[in-house]
Amino acid sequence: MFYRESGDFKTSYAKDTQTFPIKLDRIGYYVILAIAFITIPVMLITDVGGGANYWTNAILLPFLIWAIAAIGLNILVGYCGQLSLGSGGFMAVGAYAAYKLMTSFPDLSIFFIVIISGAITAGVGILFGLPSLRIKGFYLAVATLAAQFFLVWLFNKVPWFYNNSASGQISAPTRSIFGFEITGATATPEAKYLFCLVLLIGVAWLARNLTRGRIGRSWMAIRDMDIAAEIIGVAPLRTKLSAFGVSSFFIGIAGALFFAVYLGAVEVGEAFNINKSFLLLFMVIIGGLGSIFGSIIGAAFMVLMPVLLKNIMVNQLNWPTDIAVHFEFAIVGALIIIFLILEPHGLAQLWRLLKEKLRLWPFPH
Amino acid sequence: MSANFFYTIEVIANGLMTGVMYSLVALGFVLIFKASGVFNYAQGVMALFAAMTLVGLQNGQIPFAHLINTIFGTHLDKFGWEVPTFLAIILALGVMIGFAFLVERYILKHLVNQDPIILFMATIGLAYFMEGFGDLMWGSDIKKLDVGLPQGGNVWLENATEGWANGFYGFYIDNLDMWATVIAVALVASLIAFSNYTKTGRALRAVADDNQAALSVGISLRKIWVIVWSLAGFVALVAGIMWGAKSGVQFSLSLIALKALPVLMLGGFTSIPGAIVGGMIIGVGEKLFEFAIGPYIGGATENWFAYVLALIFLVFRPQGLFGEKIIERV
Repeated sequence: MFYRESGDFKTSYAKDTQTFPIKLDRIGYYVILAIAFITIPVMLITDVGGGANYWTNAILLPFLIWAIAAIGLNILVGYCGQLSLGSGGFMAVGAYAAYKLMTSFPDLSIFFIVIISGAITAGVGILFGLPSLRIKGFYLAVATLAAQFFLVWLFNKVPWFYNNSASGQISAPTRSIFGFEITGATATPEAKYLFCLVLLIGVAWLARNLTRGRIGRSWMAIRDMDIAAEIIGVAPLRTKLSAFGVSSFFIGIAGALFFAVYLGAVEVGEAFNINKSFLLLFMVIIGGLGSIFGSIIGAAFMVLMPVLLKNIMVNQLNWPTDIAVHFEFAIVGALIIIFLILEPHGLAQLWRLLKEKLRLWPFPH
Repeated sequence: MSANFFYTIEVIANGLMTGVMYSLVALGFVLIFKASGVFNYAQGVMALFAAMTLVGLQNGQIPFAHLINTIFGTHLDKFGWEVPTFLAIILALGVMIGFAFLVERYILKHLVNQDPIILFMATIGLAYFMEGFGDLMWGSDIKKLDVGLPQGGNVWLENATEGWANGFYGFYIDNLDMWATVIAVALVASLIAFSNYTKTGRALRAVADDNQAALSVGISLRKIWVIVWSLAGFVALVAGIMWGAKSGVQFSLSLIALKALPVLMLGGFTSIPGAIVGGMIIGVGEKLFEFAIGPYIGGATENWFAYVLALIFLVFRPQGLFGEKIIERV
């Protein structure tokens, strides 16, 4: 009744292959875009309630950036079936590449800095993806830990990466696009938000179209059974490495944004440690493996939940922060287990089930 | 022979013993992986939790004291008695066995036949849960664990070997590490004896071989899982005692689980001897690398060396040293 697929006739080939073939989905998508591009920026500019900075920094920016990273990891884990625990390290590559580019080419637009950082990360990702041709499953997952620990150590120990700064930290100078400042202390919340939003939409669009094309299908063939895929003519080398490349490209973009736009200053062992890799994996699993939409809601869930828990425990109940942190750990852990037991295919599957229900509801047939 | 030669030997000896400590954690992984195919990331946190429970019992701490104080405004701290070490170890073991029951009852039972990655994620969730729960229960401060094992360098060995070469001050070997080695050997010997000569042990091996076949001859999988997780809890307790006595009971203890992963990769996920040999290779390798090459490239190479070594090794032998050969069929 409420979610209708019928009566939506296609008259041209282009219409048949569009991203949202169902009219209702399309309308929903445009409504969300309108809210994201008009309502939220207006609220941020007018600063209703005076919380624009808090909202941007605590919720909007982390959500957008983690969503980009989650899409990246989902391509590798969900579409190509290669389990990776090295995402934190790849995000660090993106961040440090962005830092080196920002300081070496002061006139370069922030957009190109972010994209080139992503490309550099893609190169590193392909390098660390090479063993995946020999190593499979959990052995590969542990092998990607090598990337995580080695890269973090490298950025900590080689002064060239942080321009010999005394603290070993990197901090983002002010850079802009079309005259709007995106990074640095004086950048406005709405500029940062819009910049990340545009990148997220670009990444989601790219990922969606890659995954339903030839290359995406070869990823899924490798995921479902690599030997069978090899026999029917899918080249494992090209397929696996392209998955590593594309995935790291997105994760690198997220890393660059995480450092330059969100945090502003970064200490590598703190910002990109192993917990970030796990967090990203949680997002992908809870959101739903092999689903772009799932990555986005998975990121939203994992960003919002700690904020919510902290608000309840520290601000409402007035508990000391250390107890709140321990509780948060326990609750996050328990929720993950509960989620996996109730719906192993993630939030995306719940969404699919909901749509199924809404097709008939409230009528029985 | 020069002093440098002896120092290298000392580094190797210390590396071997550190490796044994890694193996203690890796053993727990292997036990669970063999019997249930679950890659149990929570093993390190189990060791931490076991050690915390042991210290808490020894000191007569009231569980959840901090939380209760916050909610009800009371000032609870300790019961005011101290439990003798031996009894405390037995009690802590009891807690770990109870924990195994809970894991089977509330997690594993519901996740039968799921993808390995889902089970793996569930154990990461479990690790997060136990970390928070353990801190709530016993407090997150760094605790000293004393079960009566000798600490510090072995004076006798140091004096006996002093002056073997010019400028050599004798071998520095930690007493605790030596004890850890002895205990690890005893543990492995008893585990092997258990799995070879007892009925339960044979059932464990049957399940590890083929759980469907085991099920069909009347072995209860759920009972086996409880036993295996209890065994892993026991191994975690031993590892927790050793690591806790060495470096204090604190959060970083749970990170040794990460160090145990390359050990597993080297040894193969399914082999108990592999866990020991892998641990020793990793221990010696990282200590030697840090000693010989570390100073030239900035030090702290122990953070990543084990993983890179395992990675390079796996490229040549994907199933690890003692792992079962991976046969794939379409």
